[in-house]
Amino acid sequence: MSTAAAVRGTPTGSAILPDRGGLSGALSDIFWRRPKLLLFLMLLPPVLWLGIVYLGSLFALLLQSFFSIDEFSGLINRQFTFKTYGELLLPSNLDIIVRTVVMAALVTIASAIVAFPIAYYAARYARGRWKALFYIGIMLPLWSSYLVKIYAWKLILAKEGILTWFFGKLHLLWLIDAWLSLPIVGGNSLSVSFTGTFIVFVYVWLPFMILPVQASLERVPTNLVEASSDLGATPGQTFRNVLFPLALPGIVAGSIFTFSLTLGDYIIPQIIGTSRLFIGQAVYAHQGTAGNIPLAAAFTVVPIVVMGFYLWGAKRMGAFDAL
Amino acid sequence: MYVTGPSAFMTPAVSFKQVSRHFGSVKAVDAVDLDIAEGEFFAMLGPSGSGKTTCLRLIAGFEQPTSGRIEIFGSRAEGVPPYRRNVNTVFQDYALFPHLNVLDNVSYGLMVKGIGKAERHREAEAALELVKLPGYGARRPGQLSGGQRQRVALARALVNRPKVLLLDEPLGALDLKLRENMQEELKSLQKSLGITFVFVTHDQGEALSMANRIAVFNNGRIMQVGSPEDIYQRPDTRFVADFVGSSNVLPPDFVARHGGARRWASLRPEAVRIAEGAAGALAATVVSRSYLGGATRLGLDVEGQRINALLPAGHALPGEGQSVQIGFAPGDLHLMDDAQ
Repeated sequence: MSTAAAVRGTPTGSAILPDRGGLSGALSDIFWRRPKLLLFLMLLPPVLWLGIVYLGSLFALLLQSFFSIDEFSGLINRQFTFKTYGELLLPSNLDIIVRTVVMAALVTIASAIVAFPIAYYAARYARGRWKALFYIGIMLPLWSSYLVKIYAWKLILAKEGILTWFFGKLHLLWLIDAWLSLPIVGGNSLSVSFTGTFIVFVYVWLPFMILPVQASLERVPTNLVEASSDLGATPGQTFRNVLFPLALPGIVAGSIFTFSLTLGDYIIPQIIGTSRLFIGQAVYAHQGTAGNIPLAAAFTVVPIVVMGFYLWGAKRMGAFDAL
Repeated sequence: MYVTGPSAFMTPAVSFKQVSRHFGSVKAVDAVDLDIAEGEFFAMLGPSGSGKTTCLRLIAGFEQPTSGRIEIFGSRAEGVPPYRRNVNTVFQDYALFPHLNVLDNVSYGLMVKGIGKAERHREAEAALELVKLPGYGARRPGQLSGGQRQRVALARALVNRPKVLLLDEPLGALDLKLRENMQEELKSLQKSLGITFVFVTHDQGEALSMANRIAVFNNGRIMQVGSPEDIYQRPDTRFVADFVGSSNVLPPDFVARHGGARRWASLRPEAVRIAEGAAGALAATVVSRSYLGGATRLGLDVEGQRINALLPAGHALPGEGQSVQIGFAPGDLHLMDDAQ
């Protein structure tokens, strides 16, 4: 009764309120009447930034790759030519491209395999405090310097490092030695082998895989998993037929990060790994001391093209059907 | 075949013996005994949180009992995962796989059992025909209406020829007209297939109109099991009387004055009649009046006791605040247990 009395009584004032007045009042009314104007004003700065600064420089880069360098004078010859792209196909350069793409693919697959259970736990089981702990655990490594983390890994993987010590304690040193004696993936120690490069790449990019996979798993209703089980599917069949297809857009989103970040990185293979180059290092070398901007530009186009094909292939295979 | 109750000679389709399911201190299902006969259309009725859905999930295998014994056609079911139970569920929000088209959704159960594509698609087409959705196989669940999704979910369960079909509030999301149609269809489908249906609902009208037998749940316990007529006309407890059909629940004092025994009793609103000048009529004041179309519900005050009356259309009715005299046949006053 008392609540009814509180709102009872004759309404006061007019049905239409006067406008608020002032600049903000006038602007509010204008934006309400023309919502597209507000959208336009909000989008203008980022579109200018993306359009001119970002796409513009990308276009300049593309342009540079069609120039060539004069081998004798070292000057850039600003005439349209495919000569620089031809240089990419030289065995030494092709080697770099294949090495980088294979590494990026392996890093992506390994990240997806490691990330999925973590993301699944976070999406399905973690609640409240555990969920907060999960986010901190995933994000914390991203807050510390990238270089510090890589040098820490160099120490972990070094011949006198903690990993060797640990394997020694377990009497498993022969395992490391056997692995290091393998061609290509082996080397003098883990910190100067492709295996080391691979491990550090997976570690550093893992959060970029976990978060999108977790987001996609979170959108899968629990009762779909129950329905699958109810219809006779074992947990393995449920994973293959329901969870994996529905998480695929998230895995593809994560793989775009891990794949393209690995394709472009030049610091990790510089510090941990062999002396053989990756695309990022080649770009760094050609635009710096060598002064071969056209070849550096052409190298930069490679990851863009590879990513283009990757996304096209993913779409063709129906990776985005569940979106 | 119409079965009124589990016979002693038949193995029950589902049997609960002292089954409990506790979540920490919450007793979702508490020492429930229940037998559901083969071929029965069985409804579990109760308010939300009464344990009816947990019981359904115990049969499906999504939950495991904290204690007690569950048998499905005589086989122990505790610890058996859902995918090894020949029991299928129609989920409340249908749970159709969004990345598969209708045909692949319906044939999913056959696919995971390793049945070839041609055969499972043929079976799925037949199941879609059964639920009156032939030719919808190529569509995605997202392109269907609520009623159509409901039918796909039904086909997806039935194509596996389950021993027991579980339905978790399957009509809850449909509008009234569609719901009435589906009630009819589910009933005739159950009759023609002969499969045991276990149906969870909070809608007493739905339970009364569809089921052979009803179990009324409250606070994790079964309050009463019986035919719709039993439940409606002879409720055991105050809770059942109140929940099923919003009966007038009358306290012992009132009953002693007008019926005889000093016990709680229920009185159906449609048993109350306007009886001006009749012998033994009670003086009442009309407190509220709601027009329901086919009938009108009057809220009456009788000696401080609130009594609802449901009066069929076609009579002149008193307005709010008017005094009337009412009556009811003594036989309509149903005495109940004092417990709850």
